[in-house]
Amino acid sequence: MDLNYTKEEQAFRGEVRTFIRDNLPKDIADKVLHHKRLVKDDWVRWQKILYKKGWVAPNWPKEYGGCAWTPIQQHIFEDECGYAGAPRVMPFGLVMVAPVIQNFGSKWQKEYYLPRILSSEDWWAQGYSEPGSGSDLASLKCKAVREGEHYIVNGQKTWTTLGQHADMIFCLVRTDSTVKKQEGISFLLIDMHSPGITVRPIITLDEEHEVNETFFDNVKVPAQNLVGEEGKGWTYAKFLLGHERTGIARVGESKRELEQLKNVAAKQLRNGKPLIEDPRFRDRIIQVEVELMALEITLLRVLSSRSKPGPEASILKIKGTDVQQALTELTMEAMGPYALPFRPETRDAAWHGEPVGPEYAASAAAVYFNYRKTSIYGGSNEIQRNIISQMVLGL
Amino acid sequence: MDFIFSEEQQQLRDSIQKYISKEYGFEARKAIMASAQGFSDKVWAQFADMGLLGVAFDEAHGGFGGTPVDTMLVMTELGRGIVVEPYFSTVVLGGSLVDLAGSEAQKQAILSEVAQGKLLLAAALGEPNSRYELNSVETAAKRDGAGYVLNGHKAVVLHGESADKLIVSARTAGGARDAKGISLFLVDRASAGVQVSGYRTIDGMRAAEIKLVNVKVGADSVLGEVDQGLPVLERASDFAVSALCAEAVGAMEALNAATFEYLKTRQQFGRPIGSFQALQHRAVDMFIHCEQSRSMAYLASVKVQSEDPKERKRTVSAAKIQIGRSGRSILQEAIQLHGGMGVSNELAAGHYAKRLAMINATLGDVEHHTERFASAG
Repeated sequence: MDLNYTKEEQAFRGEVRTFIRDNLPKDIADKVLHHKRLVKDDWVRWQKILYKKGWVAPNWPKEYGGCAWTPIQQHIFEDECGYAGAPRVMPFGLVMVAPVIQNFGSKWQKEYYLPRILSSEDWWAQGYSEPGSGSDLASLKCKAVREGEHYIVNGQKTWTTLGQHADMIFCLVRTDSTVKKQEGISFLLIDMHSPGITVRPIITLDEEHEVNETFFDNVKVPAQNLVGEEGKGWTYAKFLLGHERTGIARVGESKRELEQLKNVAAKQLRNGKPLIEDPRFRDRIIQVEVELMALEITLLRVLSSRSKPGPEASILKIKGTDVQQALTELTMEAMGPYALPFRPETRDAAWHGEPVGPEYAASAAAVYFNYRKTSIYGGSNEIQRNIISQMVLGL
Repeated sequence: MDFIFSEEQQQLRDSIQKYISKEYGFEARKAIMASAQGFSDKVWAQFADMGLLGVAFDEAHGGFGGTPVDTMLVMTELGRGIVVEPYFSTVVLGGSLVDLAGSEAQKQAILSEVAQGKLLLAAALGEPNSRYELNSVETAAKRDGAGYVLNGHKAVVLHGESADKLIVSARTAGGARDAKGISLFLVDRASAGVQVSGYRTIDGMRAAEIKLVNVKVGADSVLGEVDQGLPVLERASDFAVSALCAEAVGAMEALNAATFEYLKTRQQFGRPIGSFQALQHRAVDMFIHCEQSRSMAYLASVKVQSEDPKERKRTVSAAKIQIGRSGRSILQEAIQLHGGMGVSNELAAGHYAKRLAMINATLGDVEHHTERFASAG
């Protein structure tokens, strides 16, 4: 056992760090580091820079344009990107639907969609949750009926993250209501510009527009957009989950937020002394810092195991989001009463007015409320506990 | 970076597992604890035969030249078996103090004897007012001709009554809490003026209060440099803490396994209680605590070897914080999920719980290491 990075791994980290330093646009990094609002172009620009370098899809097999990195290299890459304030690569196309297309898609789907995903030409969204189907996803009702060379889709999806930017959406739809609920689900790729699709914003607690409801009213979807076989959608969805779990630990981003928290707590005062020197507050930071140290090793253990990440990877979702939420909580608390002023306009990068209180206070409470989502999305932490309980502990 | 144990390491682990499952069951352990000495000479001799007592020492001193990772593997298995023999006090803490501070002659004389199971050590570091602070030493060592005279009270010395030699921290200069002026002495337990009153510990081991009344020792009993004992104490203590973390992980694993098994077999309301989600999620949290602790035990066993004292202290203290918090959480949940059986002394579960709680109170609890982590920067 050796928990030190090899010379090659250290050299790789240096290479990644240099690349990010030289290529991550400063205006984008500034937005991420200061919790300003990102616009579509910010994500797309960064993804295209990574695409040009050949680093946008480290998780893909080499033949499709992946990097053939070891899991440790992938971790180093994500760690450095997160720490430097690079925007998160949008997972819906590159991380979620692409592996499904690669493993179960038709030749046409591979040839048409994969290059467009790789180059960020298409922005993808995820169509899983419905108003009546959250944790019990398999109960979904959004219906697709085959008519000749098309499916006609009717129903609703919800929590469509950044769906307002999307060109494509991958959806779980019900194609058969007469069989067991898991067996009547199919996996469809739907053009968001199709007639009959309406996107309605859902405004979250921070008054931001991040998620949407998506309505399908007699939407015609070419049958060639069915992935794999009809009725196998649930299998593909479960396959996709395995690809999602490891990146969700977000260790690099949490390291960055921890450092920012320490900086902020060094500037705020309690009883005339820096808040970070107050043992009560300091100890709470340390508690999170230790959890994060442990999480990084747990993540590396999962990545290094020879077999594919199994259900034990649910730990990463639970602990990763615990840490993220704890950091936003402490950051908000560090602001004291300046957590109260709420001025969403200050989160626009073009805003240059007079801040109320310390500049970094402006987003603290908003981010805290925004991050409550993390223990709910991607399979709520209760669902993750169910998975471990059943699949690992055998209860 | 890899998490793979070598073939030798896997064999080492397997051999201890096999031994413990065959020879060191709950009833056997109970009988050992009830004996006058509180541990078994026979088991100790078998540990020596298996090579466990010399794992960490150089081959030149009768050991096997193992790394802290090897010690981690041993301690995890001893934790899984809640073994009460004085491995920690003699081999880990005592052994590393001699190894780090001793002269070549002292190492030759002591470590090979320890490795053969012929010599028991105990580290007498704590005092009634010191809590976990290694620098807090009031026991005095005054020059007396070529040697020294020791006077003081050493508290909660693990296996102090059975040890052949005590390693005593005493003040040769400075005030009660000064970093400088601490020296280490090798003291025969049988020396005149060494008053030992032994007792049981709640986790099934033995410890003692030791009063030193005008104990005369020769110049050759000084371990390491006079007045410069603290850095060595800190290093040895960090190594010992990393080993305790490993032991805790073994105990956590065993306690979790026992608890999950209980959830599967205990029937109430006509079904196994493990079918209730309220209990399932708590079991999952116990599992997560164990995995996070294992990660930190791994990290500590590697970074305890770091040449950078800041990195070493930070990581080891972080591991002890994690293990302290997770251990407390696991042991309390394990007792609760066992229901009434959890508070019965007749079940192994409670014994694991006791050990986990006492590991937190050994060489620094969560608060102590949080303070240390903060000051390491």
